[in-house]
This record gives sequence, structure tokens and C-alpha cells, in this order.
Amino acid sequence: MEDVSKILETRELNVSMGPQHPATHGVLRLLLDIDGERIVKVTPYVGYLHRGVEKLGESLSYFQALPLTDRLDYVSAMSNNIGYVVAIEKLCGIEAPERAKFIRTIVGEMSRISNHLLWLATHALDIGAMTVFLYCFREREWILELFEKICGARLTVTYPRIGGVRNDITQEFLDSLYKFTEEFPSRILEYETLIDQNRIWLKRTVGIGVISAEEAISWGMTGPTLRGSGVPYDIRKHAPYDAYDKVDFDVPIGTEGDTYDRYRCRMLEFRQSNNIIRQCIEKLPPGPIMADAPKFTLQPKDKMMPITHPQKQHAYFIDEKACKGCGMCLRACPAKAIFGEKKKPHKIKQELCLSCANCFVTCKFKAMKIVPGAKGESDEKLADLAKAQVPDDIKEAQALLVEHFNFVKKGPRVPEGELYVATEVPKGELGFYFVSDGTGKPYRMRLRSPSFIHASALPRLCIGHMVADVIANIGTIDIVLGECDR
Amino acid sequence: MFENLIEPSVLDALIKFGINVGIILLKIVVVLGITLLHVAYATYFERKVIGHMQVRLGPMRVGPHGLLQPIADGVKLFFKEDIIPAKADKPVFYLSPVIFMAAAMVSLSFIPFTGNFVIADVNLGLLFLFAMSGLGVYGIFMSGWSSNSKYSFIGGLRSTSQVISYEIAMGLSLVGVMMMAGSLNLSDIVKAQENSPFGIFAIPQIVGFVVFVIAAVAETNRTPFDLPEAESELVAGYFTEYSGFRFALFFLGEYIGMFIMSSICAVCFLGGWTMPWYIMKIPFLSYVPGIFWFLLKVYAFIFFYYWIRATVPRYRYDQLMAIGWKILIPVALANILITGLIKILL
Repeated sequence: MEDVSKILETRELNVSMGPQHPATHGVLRLLLDIDGERIVKVTPYVGYLHRGVEKLGESLSYFQALPLTDRLDYVSAMSNNIGYVVAIEKLCGIEAPERAKFIRTIVGEMSRISNHLLWLATHALDIGAMTVFLYCFREREWILELFEKICGARLTVTYPRIGGVRNDITQEFLDSLYKFTEEFPSRILEYETLIDQNRIWLKRTVGIGVISAEEAISWGMTGPTLRGSGVPYDIRKHAPYDAYDKVDFDVPIGTEGDTYDRYRCRMLEFRQSNNIIRQCIEKLPPGPIMADAPKFTLQPKDKMMPITHPQKQHAYFIDEKACKGCGMCLRACPAKAIFGEKKKPHKIKQELCLSCANCFVTCKFKAMKIVPGAKGESDEKLADLAKAQVPDDIKEAQALLVEHFNFVKKGPRVPEGELYVATEVPKGELGFYFVSDGTGKPYRMRLRSPSFIHASALPRLCIGHMVADVIANIGTIDIVLGECDR
Repeated sequence: MFENLIEPSVLDALIKFGINVGIILLKIVVVLGITLLHVAYATYFERKVIGHMQVRLGPMRVGPHGLLQPIADGVKLFFKEDIIPAKADKPVFYLSPVIFMAAAMVSLSFIPFTGNFVIADVNLGLLFLFAMSGLGVYGIFMSGWSSNSKYSFIGGLRSTSQVISYEIAMGLSLVGVMMMAGSLNLSDIVKAQENSPFGIFAIPQIVGFVVFVIAAVAETNRTPFDLPEAESELVAGYFTEYSGFRFALFFLGEYIGMFIMSSICAVCFLGGWTMPWYIMKIPFLSYVPGIFWFLLKVYAFIFFYYWIRATVPRYRYDQLMAIGWKILIPVALANILITGLIKILL
């Protein structure tokens, strides 16, 4: 008998699930060792979507790095943006005005709903319920259209700004959002009719991927994945940012810590988010949407209008005495209207000039002169006119324009220091850790992404279950690989 | 001119034989043509039905209301590159879709479409249908084995065990029908139903009917029992590595399988081309041709397939086996026992 067992050696089948697989939500790769249908070992491999966001953040100024956070968790870009700007605001020591805070809360909860809709859609599709997928996308489309109404983008929004939001919301938008919040609870019931008490759904989710509260905490789980195990940890409640301390909401928790409880948690969060949006719309105060902090926020463009307005036909003239021929303006000119040799005073071809003031802000030697309303004049006349005194409004705008240019080029000078700020994104706790050395760019930017931590807990959830349960477990921890790989 | 070679009586028999063969060939052509067209439009029907259930329109682009979509799909599949994995077992890889498709196609010949239109009116028709659907498993298993892909392999294994398990339940569920009709000939089963007090066997054989419906869904690998091709777990199951026309053969085979299961259901439980006497009392209904009733029942059953697909999630493998062995087979056996007892006592 021993000989036979030596010859007929059995071993686990090694299946590589992903990075191209319909159910691994992007490019997650799981190496499964399966004994028949039973999972013996799971090894998650991440990093297929690594784009070096943390490193890129170090080479971009604080507000230039904001669009990068859209690309982290592309399903709920708005929440990432909010997490980022809240962190920077703490770092700078500024605070957004009340109205901006409420707007951010509204869009953050909208993004939570849209994220959970996508989660429910794909989770149900993975388990085989096809119709839920399309029902969810119907509502998600609605939310994305609302996003489009606020900021023009559907997915990568970049709507919040350091110190506020990009633009104010309109009454029309608020009306249609309010209509959505009235309609949405009945839509949640529609999804629940299909799967909530469905025997097959219950068989596939109850008792799958059970994790106790203690263990979930030690694995570092956050968000609904942790709350499903019965831990009422929600940053919105415990360290409120934006307007979360001014609205009334519950933190739904589960009891068993299985896939079904996590599903229920998120289904209840739909209703809470819906409620928060309604309260915010009702309480939305009037006022400004950007903090008054010229050191850290971009100034409104209309202050520069005396120069940059397209109808002001300003001419530009180079003072030959002051010009050192450094070539900076020559490179900055988009119309290639400036020419001249190096180390010799440059000239402007007036017929090509667009009056864009790019050369004006780049000139370090104050050789560039603005001649108000003199476009189309000859060089000799401009030389005469340039000697005259510049009007006051243009003088003010000149100073602001140069300041603005330097601000955009070098970034806000945030104080030195380091801090960690966590926000509650739909997937869990998204933390930003910054080390600032006092320049316009962070010395170090570090992300605590919930997806990465949840992906690391996959083996714990999967071992001992069937192959089909791996899919249910990937769905239940709600990972997005853009955020996981960063 | 043949008088010198063959005796007139033999010639007579030969001519009769020739005419018979000709008629059978004609029937085969008609059935095949209609079935292939049906299969093409069954996909269209499925996409439209599920589309409307899922608050969308389904195919709309090719032709009015997307009516030419199946033809466009067929042309596309036909001209697609036929990719064969480098380490595949090539002869088996080539053969398996053909076996799968052929097994499904042969089953068509036993289906009585109307009272006098059936290609092979054999006495063991029902048994032959089982044999053919059992043969189709070879196609599935060989494709899973020969693809040299782990996903295909698992899909093939799952499908084989699933189809074999549910074949038992399905066979047992039909035993009640055989006992009531006293025949395995499908035409005779229909005739027996016409003369029975209920008009259809679905009413007295309700337990067998339910078991059959569940087993038929599992037998054709459809949702919620579509584990072999569970796209979220196994990519596409046993035909993961197939592409182009070979994939189309599997696809066709699956839809023909659905058509056959629906036909068996219509013939054995719903009265085939006849309608129960209490419905036929409605005036003018007797002028409706039998093929209409038959197709109506088949399509109703196919619609039921689609309806399930749009509604329920997918079972897990062990749960599927548990349903088959722990519930369906005992229930079907109990059904046989009760049917037998009633038959003896009455």
C-alpha cells in the first residue's frame, strides 16, 4: 500500500486567478491552491496597477497632486479628493467656509452611494444575480449625471479644492438631487426584493468569510468591512470632518461578521447616506465657498481681469535698457511673437502678440511693460507710450498676476511639520500622511489605502471555503486595485 | 431499363425505400433549418427578454429593433480567428465541439413536432433522448480535458458531475410519465395525455414536473446551475479556450439543448401538440394547427429559462450537488412509488 501512495502522489491544483479575470475587480491576482473545490492556500499578488502616486505627490505642488487622488479609487473619486483636501487644510491650518463644508458632505455622500452601488452591482454579478447589476447602474448613472452637473466630470471629478470647493452649486442641481433622495429609498427596496431574502443569495453569503471583531481589528480592517463584524468604528462619527458633526446619522453594524452582514451594513449605509444628503440640502447655509487664505488658496481670477480680460487690447513692450536677453519670455510666449538673440534685448512682433501676459509674469528684470489699450500701434509709438504712468487698476492687477504666477509655479508654502489625517471613504479609512519641509511640495506623501489592507486579509477569509466563495469574499471586502496598488 | 437486372418486385421496394429516404432527408433538412434559425433567434429572444427585464432595450442597432443581430453574430463568429492553445490535445480539441453539437442535433430527430411530423418515430424515443444528452457530456469533458487549461478542466469536471447527477433526477422524474402513458414512444405519450382526464400530465405528475423543470435547467447548465461556465469563477468554464466557430458550435449545442429540454417538457408534461379538452371547448380553437400549440409551449418554457436567468444568483458547487442528490432524487423516487401505487389501486 505504501508503494502505491508513493507512486500516486496527490497535490493541490495551482490556479492563478487574475490579473485578467472577470471577478477580481481589476488586476488583483490570487494564486489559489485548491484541493478539489476547497481552498487550501491563497496568495494575493498586488502591484499590477502601481503608478507611483506617492512619489508623484512629492514632485508636484500640493494642489497639483489633487487630480492624482481621483485616480486612486476611481469608483469614488470625490471621497478621495475630500480626504486629500481635508488633510492639506489641517496641514495649512485653514478651514473651509461653512457652505463649502456642507457641499463637500453632500458630494462625499453621493460618492459613497455611487461606490456602494457599484459594489452591490459587481458583488451580485459575481454571485450570479445579473439583474441587480443593471438596476444599480441605472441609479449610478443618475448620480454620475448629477456630478456632471456640478463639475462637468463624471468619474474623475477633482471638485473639492484646498480651502473649499471649485464652484458653487446651483439651485437646479439641488432640486434634482433632492428628487433623487426622494426616489432612491424605493430603488433600494427594488434591489432588496431581488436578493435580500433570496434563498440562493443567503446560501451563498451567510457564514462565508466569517471574521470576529477582535480579528478584524487586528487585520486593520476599516469601514463597512469592519462594521460587519460589529465594531461601530466610523471616522465620520468619531473624528468628524466637514459637516458630519452637524448632521444626524447612525452607523449600521452587523453581528456575525460574515459576507451577509457586510452586505446588510452597506445596504443600510445607502439609507444613512441618503438621509445625510437630505439634511445637508435642508441645512445648506449661504456664503462663500472658498476660504479667505491668500497664502494657501488660488485667488479669484476676476482680480486679474484688468490685464487678462480678452477684450482689453493691451500691448506689450520690452524695455531695451532693462532686458538682459535671458530668453525666458521667448520660451514662455505661446505665439512665438518674441524673438532676438541671446544676451541682447529681445523684440516683440506686435502682429503676432496675443496679449496673454505670459511674458510679463516670466520676466525677472521688469523689462516687460504693459501699454494699456495700445494693441496694433507701431514700435516707435509704443516706446513713447511705455514711458507714461500705468493706471492704478492695472498696477494692482500686475502685482496679483505675478503673485499668482509664483503661487502656481511653486505651490502654497505650507508650514513645516507632519501629520496624519484620516477620512471615511466608502471602502474604509483613507489616511493621508504628509511630511512638509515648508516648501510648496510635500517632502513625503504616504497613503493608507483600505483596499490594500483588505486585500491582505483575503487569505484569512478564503481558506477552508470553496472556489466560488473566493469570489464572494473578493466582493465583500470591496477593493479597487487603483487604490490598493497606488 | 432495369428490368433485365432487377426483378420488378424488388425494384418496387427499392423505389419505395428511395421515396422514404427522400422524405426523411427532406424532414431532416426542414427540422435542421428551422432549428438553426430558431437557435439564432432564441439568442435574440433571450437578449430582448432579459434586456427588458433589466430596464434596457437589448439589441437595437443591426436592422429594425436589432432583428438582424443574430445573423451579424453568426457571420462574426464564422470569420473569427480560430485560436488553438499551443499545448492542447489537438485531435480531441477538434472533436469535442462536434460531439457536443452532434449529440444535441441527433436528439432533434425524436421530437414529435405534430401528430405526423417526426423524423424517427421509435418506440424507445425517450430513452434515446437520455442517451444522447448523456453523450453530450463527453463533448464537455473532452473539451475541458484537451484545452490544457485549469479553468477549462475544472469547468469540465463540474459539468460532467452535474449533468450526470441531474440526469438521474430527470430520468426518475419522467418514469412517472412513462408509467402513466405506458409507453416510451413520445408520440404515444402525447396521445395518452390527450385521452387522460386532466389533458396534460403536468397536473397529476406535478411533483415529477417540478423535479423535471429543475433538473432540465441544471442539465443545460443554465442559471442558477450554470457553474460549469460560471463566468465570475471559471472565466467561461469548459469552453474558455475555444474561439471562433468552435465556440459557436458549443453555443449552438447549448441552445439546441435548451430547445430539446423544452420540447421534452412540452411533450411529456404539457401535452405536446394537443391541448386539453377543457381548453379546446372554446370555439374555433380546433382550427389552430398542432405545431402552434407545440411551439407555444416550447417558447413558454424557454421564456421561463430566461426569466430565471434574469432573477436568481448562482448556486455553489456543493450546494448544487446537495440539491440533486439529497432532494430531487428522493422526491422523484417517492413520486414513482406513489404513481405506481395509484396505478395498481385504481
